[in-house]
Amino acid sequence: MTTLSTTGSTAPTPAGPAATPAVDPGTVISDEIRVVGMVWERELIRYVRTRTRIVSGLIQPVLFLFVLGYGMSGLVGTTGGFNFRQFVYPGVVAMSVVMTAMFSALSIVWDREFGFLREMLVAPVSRVSLVLGKTAGGATVAAVQGTIMLVLAPLVGIHLTPVLVVQMICLELLMAVAMTTFGVFVASRIQKMESFQVVMQMLLMPMLFLSGALFPLNGLPGWLTVITRLNPLTYAIAPFRQVVFAAQDMSPAARARFPTNVTLFGYTLPIGMELAIVVVFALVFFVLAFRGLSKTE
Amino acid sequence: MTDVEAGKLQVGASANSSPAVDVKGLTKRYGDLTAVDGIDFSVGQGEVFAFLGPNGAGKSTTIKMLCTLAHPTSGRAMVAGFDVGSDAKSVRRHIGLVFQEQTLDDQLTAEENLRFHAVLYGVPHGQVESRIARVMELVALSDRRKDLVSTYSGGMARRLEIARGMLHTPKILFLDEPTVGLDPQTRALIWEDIQRLRIEEGVTIFLTTHYMDEAEYAERIAIIDYGRIIALDTPDVLKASVGTDTVAIETSDDEAALVALQRAGYTVERTEGGLTAFVADEEAAVGPIVAAAGVPVRTVRAHRPTLDDVFLHYTGREIREQHGEAIPMMARARGARRS
Repeated sequence: MTTLSTTGSTAPTPAGPAATPAVDPGTVISDEIRVVGMVWERELIRYVRTRTRIVSGLIQPVLFLFVLGYGMSGLVGTTGGFNFRQFVYPGVVAMSVVMTAMFSALSIVWDREFGFLREMLVAPVSRVSLVLGKTAGGATVAAVQGTIMLVLAPLVGIHLTPVLVVQMICLELLMAVAMTTFGVFVASRIQKMESFQVVMQMLLMPMLFLSGALFPLNGLPGWLTVITRLNPLTYAIAPFRQVVFAAQDMSPAARARFPTNVTLFGYTLPIGMELAIVVVFALVFFVLAFRGLSKTE
Repeated sequence: MTDVEAGKLQVGASANSSPAVDVKGLTKRYGDLTAVDGIDFSVGQGEVFAFLGPNGAGKSTTIKMLCTLAHPTSGRAMVAGFDVGSDAKSVRRHIGLVFQEQTLDDQLTAEENLRFHAVLYGVPHGQVESRIARVMELVALSDRRKDLVSTYSGGMARRLEIARGMLHTPKILFLDEPTVGLDPQTRALIWEDIQRLRIEEGVTIFLTTHYMDEAEYAERIAIIDYGRIIALDTPDVLKASVGTDTVAIETSDDEAALVALQRAGYTVERTEGGLTAFVADEEAAVGPIVAAAGVPVRTVRAHRPTLDDVFLHYTGREIREQHGEAIPMMARARGARRS
């Protein structure tokens, strides 16, 4: 800090230990990348450390898969060797990804309550880095949780291939990124811990139920059709089910019985379009999340 | 970038002479409420400077403005040579902050909390570990380095926060009510930490408190009330400004003692149950007064004005009966949250 001293008479000290970080653009960028990495790492540490969260994050999807799966199978029946459990499996995996991502993002509410958010927000770093780190962390954790769900596939008669696993993980990551940015935005608006449960109940559960995770989106009454098509999760879950079903050996009758496509005004959306909608959704909420956090303090 | 470099140059060029904090006409209004009302002061480098005042006096608002967490309504503040308004990021890089409320992640270990902070404050990669070891040593928590913060007591957590505030070698450490809600023993430990930081790291310390006895540790004190600085000086000068030291005695014959002391040149008054002499230095005066009294002295009470007297003198009130904001309530709320 005194290296710029005008006297300059002191012996040349090789870069004083207390030197303030140099400010050149390269250093700034690498510093910001370190910040993203650190925020990401913290999410992982917290995830690994809270085993109850990992387990509870599995219980609900498992309930849906087996209890609802077996319960509904009797009603829906089997078409060409394909049953409701197989249909609902991708939806349930997506559900666990979405819930983990959302929970991870909403931990910002905890951070606010316990003061740690302040430690992050007053640091001389860009809030973009903080949101990026949080998003990357939430997405990683959610994708891991979703990938753990893959072990259940053989139990319900879903065949996994290496290519399918890679496709699923990629889609899980995309879905998780979108839901984390959305969650960070929501969390930035929640000031009180009590509101957290309300948000989970009033926002997350309806979004999951109206996304096609648990039932096909075709042949619904008009009002329900409109709501499901407005739900961004619909466009994240449909491609997920499409790649899973594409890898299954299904009869045409089964494909007709358990449709995977999303129609909009009678037009069937291609998978690329669905994914584009999710990407746009993620970007919009990334910006909103950044703005939401910038308003704090 | 050129802005920042210019700022750095300014600091470098005047590192030894410019004040650590320099404030002119600083004002903060929230609607109709004037929280801070045009204050001026400056803090020298390496100084321990305290803001003393009741809750709601404007201490925290001032600290927030100096730390760039609140924008001044008017006025100017330079911290570590940078303007808090136009160069907030540079200010933040050069200051350490310990807030009134806890800001640790208690699911991480102490070390992990510190590492997180080091990265956020751009501590060069190669220095992170040595710096963590150093600050943990400064607050005597080295042996608890790898423990989860959730296992820490309130006082330990606070000291860890002080260590964290020092991690990126700030020029100034801001402490907002560092000892509030802690037991006297822990408070003493924290003061030891603060003195050690000052001596070993040469950091300037700016703190706020509403504990009179703690303000005594500071080299200079600004007494703040209703957003204004009403007195600013060293504790001794402040105390001297409100009156002299006194020595009160009870003797076997007050009448004779009064005459004897007056003859010896003391200013003495007859007070309830005895005599009171007004002296320059109570400690030095006790012996001579007892000797000069000429009659057996039964009791001696020497008194030097305290900061309580100073506060009372300048505001007309005791510090604890303020603004309707109950201090014990806050302490309780804090305790409940920590448990």
